[in-house]
Order: sequence, then structure tokens, then C-alpha cells
Amino acid sequence: MMASVLLLWLAVCLSGTWAVDKGNFKTCDQSAFCKRQRALKPGESPYRALLETMELTNTRLTLQLINDNNKVRLLLELYRLQGNITRVKINELKPLKPRYEVPDVLIREPPTEPLSLLSQDENGVVLSLGAESQRVIVSARPFRLDIMEGRDVLMSLNSRGLLAFEHLRMRKDTQADPEGEKKEEADPANQAETAKEEEEKVEDGMWEESFKSHADSKPSGPSAVSLDFSLPGVEHVYGIPEHADTLRLKTTDNGDPYRLYNLDVFQYELYNPMALYGAVPVMLAHNAQRTTGIFWLNAAETWVDISSNTAGKTVFGKMLDYVQGSSETPQTDVRWISESGIIDVFIMLGPTPKDIFSQYASLTGTQSFPPLSALAYHQCRWNYNDQKDVQEVDAGFDEHDIPYDFIWLDIEHTDGKRYFTWDPHKFASPKEMLQGLVEKKRKMVAIVDPHIKVDSNYKIHNEIRSKGFYIKNKDGGDYEGWCWPGSAGYPDFTRADMRAWWASMFAYDQYEGSMENLYTWNDMNEPSVFNGPEVTMHKDAMHGAWEHRDVHNLYGFYVQMATAEGLIQRSGGVERPFVLTRAFFAGSQRYGAVWTGDNAAEWDHLKISIPMCLSLGLVGISFCGADVGGFFKSPSTELLVRWYQTGAYQPFFRAHAHLDTPRREPWLFGPENTALIREAVRQRYTLLPYWYQQFYQAHQTGEPIMRPLWVEYPQDPATFAIDDEFLIGRDLLVHPVTEEGARGVTAYLPGKDELWFDVHTFQKHNGAQNLYIPVTMSSIPVFQRGGSIIPRKLRVRRSSTCMEHDPYTLYVALNPQRTAEGELYIDDGHTFNYEKKEFILRKLSFTKNILSSVNMAPDAQFSTRSWIERIIILGASKPSKVTLKTAGGQESQVEFEFDASMSVLTLRKPGMNAGVDWSVTLQ
Amino acid sequence: CTCYLLLLLLSLGVSAVEVQRPRGVPLSKRQFYEEGKPFTCLDGSRTIPFDRVNDDYCDCEDGSDEPGTAACPNGSFHCTNAGFRPAFIPSSRINDGICDCCDTTDEYNSGAACQNTCRELGSKEREIMKEMAEIAKEGFLLKQQLIQEAKSGLEEKKAKLAEVQVSKKDLEDKLEALRTVKETAEQPEKEAKERHLKAWEDEKAAIRLEKDKAKMAEVFLELDDDADGFVSVADLLTHSELDPDSDGSFTEAEAQVKHFFLLDKVDTAAFESVWNNIKEKYVSESNADIPAPVETPQEETREPVPENDSEQYPEEDIPEEEEDDDEEDEDEDPDDGDYKTQEQKDDDDEGTMPPYDDQTQNLIDAAQKARNEFDEAEKALREVDDQIRNLEKEISFDFGPGAEFAYLYGQCYELSTSEYIYRLCPFNRVSQKPKYGGSETNLGSWGKWTGPEDNVYSLMKYEHGTGCWQGPNRSTTVKLTCGKETVVLSTSEPSRCEYLMEFTTPAVCQEPQSLYPDAHDHTEL
Repeated sequence: MMASVLLLWLAVCLSGTWAVDKGNFKTCDQSAFCKRQRALKPGESPYRALLETMELTNTRLTLQLINDNNKVRLLLELYRLQGNITRVKINELKPLKPRYEVPDVLIREPPTEPLSLLSQDENGVVLSLGAESQRVIVSARPFRLDIMEGRDVLMSLNSRGLLAFEHLRMRKDTQADPEGEKKEEADPANQAETAKEEEEKVEDGMWEESFKSHADSKPSGPSAVSLDFSLPGVEHVYGIPEHADTLRLKTTDNGDPYRLYNLDVFQYELYNPMALYGAVPVMLAHNAQRTTGIFWLNAAETWVDISSNTAGKTVFGKMLDYVQGSSETPQTDVRWISESGIIDVFIMLGPTPKDIFSQYASLTGTQSFPPLSALAYHQCRWNYNDQKDVQEVDAGFDEHDIPYDFIWLDIEHTDGKRYFTWDPHKFASPKEMLQGLVEKKRKMVAIVDPHIKVDSNYKIHNEIRSKGFYIKNKDGGDYEGWCWPGSAGYPDFTRADMRAWWASMFAYDQYEGSMENLYTWNDMNEPSVFNGPEVTMHKDAMHGAWEHRDVHNLYGFYVQMATAEGLIQRSGGVERPFVLTRAFFAGSQRYGAVWTGDNAAEWDHLKISIPMCLSLGLVGISFCGADVGGFFKSPSTELLVRWYQTGAYQPFFRAHAHLDTPRREPWLFGPENTALIREAVRQRYTLLPYWYQQFYQAHQTGEPIMRPLWVEYPQDPATFAIDDEFLIGRDLLVHPVTEEGARGVTAYLPGKDELWFDVHTFQKHNGAQNLYIPVTMSSIPVFQRGGSIIPRKLRVRRSSTCMEHDPYTLYVALNPQRTAEGELYIDDGHTFNYEKKEFILRKLSFTKNILSSVNMAPDAQFSTRSWIERIIILGASKPSKVTLKTAGGQESQVEFEFDASMSVLTLRKPGMNAGVDWSVTLQ
Repeated sequence: CTCYLLLLLLSLGVSAVEVQRPRGVPLSKRQFYEEGKPFTCLDGSRTIPFDRVNDDYCDCEDGSDEPGTAACPNGSFHCTNAGFRPAFIPSSRINDGICDCCDTTDEYNSGAACQNTCRELGSKEREIMKEMAEIAKEGFLLKQQLIQEAKSGLEEKKAKLAEVQVSKKDLEDKLEALRTVKETAEQPEKEAKERHLKAWEDEKAAIRLEKDKAKMAEVFLELDDDADGFVSVADLLTHSELDPDSDGSFTEAEAQVKHFFLLDKVDTAAFESVWNNIKEKYVSESNADIPAPVETPQEETREPVPENDSEQYPEEDIPEEEEDDDEEDEDEDPDDGDYKTQEQKDDDDEGTMPPYDDQTQNLIDAAQKARNEFDEAEKALREVDDQIRNLEKEISFDFGPGAEFAYLYGQCYELSTSEYIYRLCPFNRVSQKPKYGGSETNLGSWGKWTGPEDNVYSLMKYEHGTGCWQGPNRSTTVKLTCGKETVVLSTSEPSRCEYLMEFTTPAVCQEPQSLYPDAHDHTEL
């Protein structure tokens, strides 16, 4: 939604320009541990595996590693997990005190599979990973891990010798503790260590560092961890959101590494590796043969370096290598550096992109299944001023016949930025307002941020304080920072009891003025602290025994978790929640939607919305969107229209605007533009059945909904870097117009055996080509894949709920083999009853001139009033007769029309219920 | 199935007629839907069997085959709303579970429990309309008055303008005459003043000569160290300031050549020619220790000041800017200062000019009188010009088709809210002043009428008000509605720095019968 007012002033008053003030955020050089770690250059690792310490049980291998420089021992644990995943954990063998291990992100302790020893000698051991001749080779001196399949190395760890583990140590100038000395005397190993340690130079920033005016006391001293991964044969890596950058990650040799540290970045800049609001430490590596993934489970500040031996080479250079046969294998090297915690890394071995998605989903879960209405259009603004304003905007949509489902209230709706309250003048009767929306079958979202106004007359604050739920500062008092309400406390969401209490605050009798059609938006949960270092919390703030340093990237994840739980509980576990968050971490997909934060009304920001959401989708977070129109600044009418057209085809479709921008409800730009926006929104509504089905699939499988082309065409290198177009599921290809004044776009249609049908004209195109498409202001280039069946509801009404019982039109696009298939998923659209098998899942298939609907979930029970009103077959030939057969064996003739010029056959009103078995035969 | 709707309609209040027509079709289009006969889409695009009308499948591109179902995306449904106003709703609102038509006819198959509220709405609306009609009636009468007043006002103004234009002509003539008088009086004045000045200049020259002679005598005595009545070259050479090439050595030869000191020594008379050559440079021996005043140091001491300042406040922009301004000012000031001090010096040296003699003074007084009269006439003409401009502006203002808005000109209307006092001065400006201290904010100056084409005079736009931080300049739209009184009803800020003001005035009242032409029919139901 918004960044800080303070920064706003600073940035504008001092620089006078519209760009991020980079000076407010650290570079690697300004972050002591990153600087320290990055100073290590590839070379021989000081670590050695002590094979004699190896213990192999059925599920895990452990052995000790020793750093020959300082004799500190580490413990390596290696697991083979179900579904072709290898887990590598490295911790200190005997840390001074426990090091943080990330809880709550994995959906369970991952189930293991047996590891077996293939061979062993003094140089190392070879373990079998079971399937497909996969092995792990543990080399002893220096320590490294190689994961092999047959003769190919899939991935190597510490092959560049960059494993580094800063062990916890006593601070020299405070080392007057006699007990500690005694211990050291008693333990010769420790003594050696101490002796060695003394030789190590104490670098700046190990025991304290400062940034701008902020000091970090670093009570635990240096604690960083780092490890390198080599990916032979790989030239394309993806993921590690959130960054405003291209889909394909760039090498970082000549600049900063990609940074993962949840930050409220005011007016973020595009195409750079700076950290943004969320962090998912998951990277995908892909080539035409295989996809692999690395999940680095660490919630501290993290930097990721990427280098490649082919990065600098031109296509010609690569050719020359090939011709001369002197080519080394292309290779990408990656290095992860985190400030604290342990090394806990999940190596997902694919081999297909979809295997990666299911492997990652088996660890962190899948996208939550949202209420259907959340997939419709959302109208937001900072702020809708009062109840009258809400009512007028609501009426405006009806007057201009534009559908919408949700209207949103930003921070100004509260009583003085006290969340869970309403402004007594502007929103004096919230239930009346919400009831007005209920009557239109519409809903509302109100913001609830995690910073709590310090005010002894505020119930929420008093309870949190009295329960001791606030995060503490380094001196033990409640941490206070500056945010929207002024001085604010930050509840410690890492505590389960705190989260339970927070969830209980959403009960209808606690959250006054709330009703079942009121949902929640969590903003500022990085957390944003206007007067904190890098606009966030001091790293030495305390969450119980842990420093904020250890848990930082988890904060937003927990806020959304607790809020979603609250929305579930208030309905007694019946209704699905809808919660939007700005900050996130691995696993956040389980709790709702995310958006790309405070973007700007610029064409480049429209363009970047595609790779930003694609990158999130790859790491499990499918429910992604960008503020339509751009948050900061005022869009030109053309940009606004194009943004609606793009947003209509992205998972989370919400228009939003900054307080200081002119109003931009869709009807304020003249009848022509109102019509263009109306048409874009209507296209979204007709496709809601398809979107809903995609979310159901994503919820089942973890596959991204908005997905890069390479996910479906993994062997086609032409798709590997495309990020100006995307697929929705596997059947719709979208190439939105994102250029100002565009007369045409060139879309790549993948698949040499594919056909693609323009969804507007039904024009057929062959795959594996770059297609130039002339465009006008009304164009949204979208193609349906030949071989697919897509259900739509063409009766667009004022909200998705109004369309619940409406009939379907099936779009059957034939492939060259004249077959097609698809699915139809129907349930009540808003409860968890689908978990109790209350849904309809039909398999639709067209083969041998018969289109049939077959029950894919015979054990599920649900009935619908919806029926099939029309079937449109693209790429068809003209039949002489069309016969419908329904369950009872009854047959009837179906009327049809055939458009010979486009080869489109339209079956008129076959009329069968959408939930039953039927078949239609073309003769 | 083709669904029919039975409608009971009182036509002109005379007799009850049963009209059968497909659901959702307005009476006016009944003839296109003839039962049993093929139906042609209203856009003529195709003809279909009649049983496909309202069969819940869209056959016509214009949606006309499904007036009573939601099958067509672009269809519309007609609610009769007996007792209230009939209405068209988009067919997407049929059976969506939301009651749109007060006669409930849009929700015939959704299970929505709609109540027929047409009578209630009708009577409520009739009440409101009655009230509004009364207001409109009175307002319209007032408006007629306003038009009359504006008309006479305009005529008055035009007459006034004509009148003023005539008086302007007179003034111009008078001014020309006075100009001649002035110029005639100024010529002898100028000559007399010049004469007086010349005499004074002559006198001053004589005085200066006297002084020079005295000075020369004084210098002669000073140089003539041995008081022998002669000054020698050697005496002169002690005055290094007289060295013509300032090379540090003042030689006899130089003295001789440059200062005509042709003889070894000169007496008082011969010294005169030497004096003429040296007097510019000569420094009296009694003053020789005091360094000659130099101009540059003054500048040197001035310049470092801003430099010091800028070092003290290196990051502050504003002080530097202020210094820039100061420097610009100083560039001009020193000239003035020098000039003044010079004049003063002259006055000190040579006294003040004696007063004019009576004759000259009389001439000056006469000229001054002529000038004053001329200036006055000129001022009067300017005032008349202003008056003409204002009148022309007011006459040319678009005060509406009957100039009914003219009465607002020059008036201001206020609305007090909890925080602010809003002030609307029509055709001038809108402003906002905090109730409890603080300065006034300009919310825009008169821009133009911005109502829709068919009702241009329903909205006023005031633009280019005080700028908003990071936003546009403030502007205000004033929405005019019919009322007996001229009042600001409300103000709001729907978008940052874009204000909306609701304003009632009789000037927008329409003739009552033109409101809701069919209202009468229904009042009889």
C-alpha cells in the first residue's frame, strides 16, 4: 500500500526526484557479514570431513566436519527425503548456545527414505539416492558434496570452497568469565580452538556495526553461514523473489548480490537486486534436460551471488567454442550467505519443472484455495473517505455496468490508525455499510497492520502489553518504533500464544463493526519501522530468546498466518479466509495473496509486474498481483487502460492508488475508456471458472497458475528468458500490451506441434513461431492452446457471487489430432466443504468427434444449478448432425451453427446440467 | 417456453386494458414481438422462430431476443414499476438475487424475497417531486425576476458604459488641452531654470578658481622650503607621487619634461604652469603619512563575508540563495551610494545653489500647476478606463442564457464546517479558511462552465488554486441545483485537492412542467 511518510519527506525534500533513495538501504559492503563473506574467494576449502565420525542410520547420515584453520567442528546431517529431495543440514557440533532453526515454515517434518552406502574409502563415501542411479558423493579432503545421476554431476556443494560457518564465540573484551576459562582448560580441543581464534583478526562489524545513525549491538558476535553450489550445464536460474528484476536471474559478479531481507522500500527502482518486501529463498535452475531447485531455509538477512562461465559470451562465442570443441560445459555457480542461523538446504532434483513444484509443495505446502470472489476484481484506494464515498463508488460500478466484488479501505478508515477500530465520524456505522454491500453480493477488505499504537486507551495495545506479547528491545523493554499511528509497538508474531490471541481478535464480537463479508489486508509487516535501520526493526530487538536478526524474514509470514487463522476461526472453521500481505516468506502461499507493493504509474512498472509475479509463482506463491494503475503518481489514460487489460489476466486483480493522486475509478476517463476498462474486467469475469479451477489445481499440486512458458515447454530454449508474456495454467497464453503507443506486439507461440487460437477472433496460429499481432486500444492478445477445453460463464453480472448459478459455455480448441481435454471444477465457492468432498470435478474430453464429461471424483458429492448453455468448438469441421446423450441414455438432437471461414462450430443450448455425465457426438 | 407477463394498465385513467407481451419488453416495443410469428432481431441481423424469444439462449447480437432473461450480455429488461417510474435495467440483473425493479419483476426465478415497493417509492417520490416542483416553481419565478433584473442590470450597465465612454472622450479631449497648457508653461520654465543654473555654474567656476589659486599659493609655500620665494626642481623631487612613470625614481629630467619645470627654480608666477601639471597628483606634505584612500579594499572586505557564511552553513540552500539576492541588491546600491556621496561632496565644497529668483519661481509654479492638472486628468482617464474595462468584462461574462447568474457577480457565500469556513465568490474565486487560526487557502479562481453539453450551466469550475504538495493546484467544481435561496449546501474533497461544492440558486430552476413529463400519468394510478 504505502511507504513511510518520513521517507516520503526525506526523499522528496532532499533529492527532489522520483526514485528510491538507495542510501537508505545497505549494499553488501555496508552489511558487515556480507562484506566479510564475500571477501572469501573460491579456493581450497579449509573444511575436512571426518569420515571416522560418520554414522549412517536408515534415514540419515551424520558426520563431523572440521575447519583446519581454527579446528572448529561442524555437524553435517544428510537426509534423503521422499519425492527426490536431498536435505543437507550443517550446524556447529557444539555451539556456545543454540543457533536458530526456522520453525513453522515446513508443513511437517519431511518424511525420509532410506539412504544406502554404495562404497567407502579414505577419500569419501558414496551413497545411493535410490531412483535413477542417483548418488551423493561425500568427499573428505577438502569436504565437498556431489550429487550425480549416472555420469552427470547435477549439483556440487562446496566445490568452490566457499563453505563458511562463523562459530559462536566469547567476546574477547568481556572474556573475564572464570568458569569459561576453567572449561577451556578441561577441554584440550577447545583450548586449541581458542589459541587459533586469537590469531584470527577481529574485523570491524563483528561485534557491533552501525548504519547511518543506527547501531546494531550484535550481542552474539559474528554468526554468518555461507555455502556455494555449482550447477553444471545450467545457464538459467530463476526465483529468489522478491526483486524488481527480470524473470531470468542475472549474474552478480559486477554488482551486489541479490538480497533477501524484507524491507519497506519507498519508490523502489526496477531491474536491480535490491531487497524488497518479501523473501523466498528458493532458486530454480533449468536447462533443456532438467530442472533442479535449492531451498535455503534461513530467515536471516541473506545475499545470493550468481556467476556463470558463459555469462559474458556472445552467441557467436558459444558457437565458436562448440565448433572448436574446446567448450567447457556451461555452468552457473551460486553462493548463499546468511547472517545467522544454520545451513539447512533442500536440494530438489526434479527432473521436470512440475516435479520441482510438487517437491517444494511437499515441504512448504501449496497455495491456499481462496474464495472464488477473491479472484474477481478488487477496487482499492488510499482512501475511500467515508461511508458515503463507499456507497457512491459502489453505485458508480452499477451505473457504469462494471462488475466488482471487493471494495477496500486503507488506513484512514480507522480511529487514529488503531487497527480493529473505525473512524467514528467517517465510518460511524460500518455494519450498515457492510450490509449495503451484502445486499449487492459484494465484499469489503479493511486493513489491519501489525504496528500497534502505543495508547493506554486502546484495548488492543493494553492487552498486548499486559500479556507481554510485544517484541522487546535489547534492554528488555517493549520495543517501540515510529509508524502510521506515531509511536507503535510490534506484537511478537513468532509466538504461538500471541498468534492465537491475535486470531481471536477477528471474532465478530471482538472486532466491532466486522461482518462475514469483511476480509483483511496486512500491510507494513516487513515490519516497517519508519525510524528504524533501513526502515525496519533493529536486529538486536528480542523475540524471546532469539534476536530479530534470526527471524526477520519470517515476521510478515507469521502476521498473515495469524490473521488468516482469525478469519477461519470467526466462522467456526467453515469459511475460507482471504488475507492480502505485503511481506512474505517461503510457505506464505498457505495463507493468502501477496502483491508487489508500492509500485508507480509508469510503463516499466506495468512491464515488471509480469516477471515479479512469475518469479513468485515459481516458488509457490501463485496468488500474486500488482497495483493496477500504479500506486505512486497518476497514470495516463492509456497506461491505466493497458494496466487493467494486463491485470485482468493476472491472479490478483486489484486497482489501487496513493492518497495524493487524483481519483481514478474506471468511469472517470470518458465513455470510450470506461468501455475499454469495462471490457477488460468483463473478460476476467467470463474466465472466473477457469481461474477458479486453476486455483484448485494449484492448491492440489503447488504448480504456479501464472507460469513462464518454459515451465510448459522445458525443452525449448527460446522460452527460457521470456517474461513479457505468460501462461495461465497450461492452456491460455497472454501477451499483454505494455508499450506506450503500441501498434502491435510480437508474441512467441511455443510448441512446434501446437495450435493456438486467438480467443477473440478464433483465428488459428501454429506454434513455434513469433507472431506479430497488430493491436488497437481494445486489444488484449490471448490465445487458447489447441487441445484444451476452457469453461467460461458469459453472463457477466455485477459480482461473481451473482453468477454462481449461471450456465457455462465450453470452449473446445482442437489440436492437430482433433482432440482436446479440460476440467470443470465446481463447489460452493467459499467454504471448506470441498475438503469434505463437496465438489464436482469433471473431466471434459473431445476425441473421435465425441465430447464427453466424465466424473473425476466419484467419491465427491455436490450439486449445481449451472448447466451447459453453449459449446464452441474451434478448428472443427461441419457435422451433419449433433446428438446429445445424457445419463439415462436419453438422446436428443442439438442445433448448431458452423462458421466455415473460421472453422468454428457452435452448439446451441445443449442444456445439460454441468454436474452430470453426458456426451455430445458430432456426425 | 416463452414467458408472458400480464400487465394491468390504466391507460389515461379511462379504462383497464390487458396487454400481453413477452417478459421485459416495454409497451413501446410490443409490436415487434408478435406471438407465433417469426421474430426479427431489432437490429435486423436475423430472424428466429418466436419460441426462441426469451428461451434463455442469446440468438440476436443486439440481445433483443432475450428481453426477459439474462442470456444476452448486452440486453436490457424493462420494469413497468406500476405506481412508480418504469425503468430499463441491464439484463444481467435479471434473477441475480438482487431486487432492482420495485415491482419485483426482475427476480422471477432467483428465490430472492423481493417486496413490491413501487407504491411506497411512488408516493415518496411524488412527495419529493411535489416539494421540488414547488421549489422549482418558486425558483423559476425568482429566476424570471433574476433574468429581468439581469436584463435591466445589463441595460443599465450598457448605458453606463456608453455614458462612461462619452465621458472618456471628453476626458481625452480635456487631457489633450491640458497637455498643451502644460507644455506651453514648461518651455519658459525650462529656459528660466537653465539660465539660473548657468549663472550658478559660472559663479561656482569663479569660486573654484579662487580656491585653486589659494591652494597653489599654499603649495608654493610648502615646497619653498627655504622661503626664498622660489621652488626648485629638487623641492619637487621629494614628492614621489608626482613620478610620471611611477618607476620609483623621480628624476630631474622627468620633472622637467613632464611638468614643464624648465627652469632650475620658479617663482610664484611661473609656478602656475607647473601647478596645473601636478595638482591632480600632489599630496600635501602634512597629509603624506596618511595613505591615500583606495577604493579596492572596500570591495575586498565585502566579499569574504558571504564566503564565510557559506562555509558555516555548507548544506543549507536557503541562506545561500538569500546571499545571492543580497549581492544582486548590492550591485545596484553602491552606484547610488557613490553618486550621492559625490553630490554631497560637491555641495560641501561649493555650497548650495541659491534659490530661484521670483520670476523663475513664478514660471516654475505656473508649470507645476499645469502639470498637476494634467496628472489629475490623466488619473481620471485611467479610472474611467478601469471602469470601462470592468463594465465590459461584466457585460461580456457568460451569466447564462438569460444572464440569470449575473446577480451572483460580486457576491460571496460562505459555509462553515467543523474545521473550515468555505467561501464561494461566484465568477471570482473559492477559498477555505481554518476556523481556528491559519491563513486562507485559494481553492481556485473562476475558470469556466463545465456542465454536460445539454446542461452547461449546471457546473462551475474554479482552477489554479494554491498548489498541493506533490499534487495538482487546488481546484473546485461547484454543482448548482435549483433552490429558492442562494446557499452553499456542502463541500467535500473527493480527490486530493479537488473540491466539490454543492450550491443552490434559483438561477438553475427549470420550468416545473418540464420535470418528469410522465409524472402526471402515474399520479393518477
